[in-house]
Parts: sequence; C-alpha cells; structure tokens
Amino acid sequence: MSNPRWSREQIAARIANDIPDGSYVNLGIGAPTLVGNHLPEDREIVLHSENGILGMGPAPGPGEGHPDLINAGKQPVTQLTGAAFFHHADSFAMMRGGHLDICVLGAFQVAANGDLANWSTGEPGAVPAVGGAMDLASGARRVFVMMDHRTKSGEPKIVERCSYPLTGVGCVSRIYTDLAVIDVTPEGLVARDWVDGLSFEALREATDAPLADGRAG
Amino acid sequence: MADIFDGATVLIGGFGGVGVPNELIDALIAQGARDLTVVNNNAGNAEFGVAALLKTGRVRKIVCSFPRQADSWVFDGLYRSGRLELELVPQGTLAERIRAAGAGIGAFFCSTGYGTPLAEGKETRIIDGRGQVLEHALHADFALVKAQRADRWGNLVYSKTARNFGPVMAAAARCTIAQVDEIVELGELDPETIVTPGIYVRRVVRVAPQAAARAS
Repeated sequence: MSNPRWSREQIAARIANDIPDGSYVNLGIGAPTLVGNHLPEDREIVLHSENGILGMGPAPGPGEGHPDLINAGKQPVTQLTGAAFFHHADSFAMMRGGHLDICVLGAFQVAANGDLANWSTGEPGAVPAVGGAMDLASGARRVFVMMDHRTKSGEPKIVERCSYPLTGVGCVSRIYTDLAVIDVTPEGLVARDWVDGLSFEALREATDAPLADGRAG
Repeated sequence: MADIFDGATVLIGGFGGVGVPNELIDALIAQGARDLTVVNNNAGNAEFGVAALLKTGRVRKIVCSFPRQADSWVFDGLYRSGRLELELVPQGTLAERIRAAGAGIGAFFCSTGYGTPLAEGKETRIIDGRGQVLEHALHADFALVKAQRADRWGNLVYSKTARNFGPVMAAAARCTIAQVDEIVELGELDPETIVTPGIYVRRVVRVAPQAAARAS
C-alpha cells in the first residue's frame, strides 16, 4: 500500500473506543457525529447536544422522528430512556462549567500547543459562523479533534502555529487523524499510534510541528 | 404586536427550524416595524420565518452565533452587500448574555473565546488561572418565543428541543409574547414542571399546530 490511511469510520471507532464508561460526551457536527455509531455496547455513555438534550439517541427510523427533536447539526434524532431536556443557558453551563468529560470536534488546524482553529478560514467576504465551537473548546474537560491529517491539497493541518483564526487556546487534548493518534502534552506532540504501513518518518513529514515517537521506549 | 416600535431589539427563539415562532414573525412582518435589531441563534432558512423578516429590509442588525447555513441565502446576500450588520457571538455566550439580562446581571467574565478574534476589543482578565472575556448582558424590548402549552398566567411548558432559547429570552425582554399550540386552564400545568413561570410572559397567542408541520 502506497497511501495507507484509516477511513472516517475507522477513526470514529478508535475515538469511540477511547471514551470511558460513564462519560458525558458532546459530538460536534460533521464527521464527529459518526463516533455515535461506534460506542461500545457494554458502556453507558451519555451524549449531550448543545440544543438541550442529555441522553440523545441515534437517528430515528423512517416515519419515527419528532419535529421538535433535532441535534446540533439540525438532523432528526431520538431520545433515550432517561433523557433530559433543558434550555440553552443550562446546556452551555454544562460545557463552560466543566461538566462534559469529552467533546469531539472537527478542525481546520491544530497547533503543537493545542490551539484549535475550526470555525473560520478568515477569507475576506466569507460569511462567518461560530455556533458552539468556542464554548465546547474552552469548556469540555478533554477536547478530541477528528480530522484528516492533511488538507485535500496536501497541506499539513497539524502546525507549529495556526494561521487560521483561533477557536480556543491550548484546548486540544488529543488528535485523531486518518494517519495517527497524537497526544498534545506539555512536552509537545506525541504520536501514540499510526496506521500500519506508514513509517514514523513519513508521519513526521506529514506533520508541520515537532512530533515525538510515543511507541519508542 | 402593535406596540413593537421602530428601532426595537427583538429576541426570537429557535434553533435551526425548531422552536421558531414563525407565525409571530409573520405578524411582525405584517405590522411593519423597521430598523430592528434581531437576536436569534441563526439567521433564517430559505425565505420563511427569520429569513422572511430579513428580506423585508427592516432589520438593521442581527446578533447570532451561526448565520451561515446551506439555505441562508437571504442573510448571505444582505451581509455581503453591507445592508445588514452582524454581531457574531459564541452560542453559549449568546445564551448567557440573554440570561444575564433577565437575571439583572450587568456583565460577566467567561473563558469562551479568549485569545480568539471574537474577544478582540473586549476587556479580559486572568481569573483562577484562566483567561476570561468580559461579556455584557443582552437586553431586549421584545421577545417572541414558541412553547407548547400555556395558561392564563403565562406559565409555559415546551416540547423537547424546541425549548432552546425560549426560557432565557422570555426573561430578558420587557415584553414577551409567546405563541403556543394550546392554552389550558389554570391548574392544568403541573407546577413542578412549568419551565417558564408566567411572570416573564406578557402575552400568549394560540396558533393551531399545522398538520403538515407535525408530519414533517
């Protein structure tokens, strides 16, 4: 294999497997939503949605949805037995107050110090939108990022310093890409695992920031 | 709705298409007030509800967290042509600024947005070792919210995620108007489960839920 990589579903499954039993978790819109499809059945993990649900369930079957029950991505969802509804100020107090154990977010860029850029490319004329990204980034106890390792044109997305406008400062705990799982530590980035068939040197070349080999030693 | 005046700040409930008081917005459009400041999480979809209000050109400024959506072309056009001012606020900060207004809090410090472009020009402090941004209460003249059931005292209960901004908006405006599916007799709402106590609600309007909306 010349270009080994994990699929979106494989990344989602890895993330899901790293979420401990009993966690309260928020899955960001887009690819992170896939994590919900891979939560281990033997663990009780409570999903939070910013628009006011704890105990969010999967998408409804045909004809089973409720018009007043959607997730942060405005898609129809279901409520699990034991679910709770609450208003927006309560929902974001859960984030800001450090009550959510983990959130999973997409990203344009992550910096070596854990800075996150995921809401704006800063292009002039672009219509900006931030939603709950900044609240999640600064509030969740651990922030996991799920993204491709490089852009479609091959630019590294893990960088020394973000060139895009920041979402949060030093907030990312761990990065899951199609190539590797990388921890953000006080000593810098540490690769914990990477896709079979990829050398550590090749991973380092795809990463625009110093990267330690977490398998060694 | 007759007393909504030109230049008023109007909070409008809803998240995406859920919990939006579309019929009250239609009434505001018919009423004709202009130079409005509108606060809503989004900036409208397609050409109904908030988007229809924007399209009238009577909104001077919108305060929201997530204007850009696949079908937000009315907002996009007005924003790009400079005919609509945008104040972009992180969603939780938006909710808390509205909550603060209703709770008599003038401003608060929070970590959301610290070190980002949305904190530029704002006072910051390090509190408990974390950078925090000063955010001011967001007061309003009117709030338009949607709930499921109300009684004569204005007590409200909501439906699932249609609750979203309703409770904090109801408390933050000088005059709150709630549209509801059903108005019930006093005592029919369980006092233990009332979400918005009637003190925050000035007027209640029953809008029969449309069969089409239910089925969608």
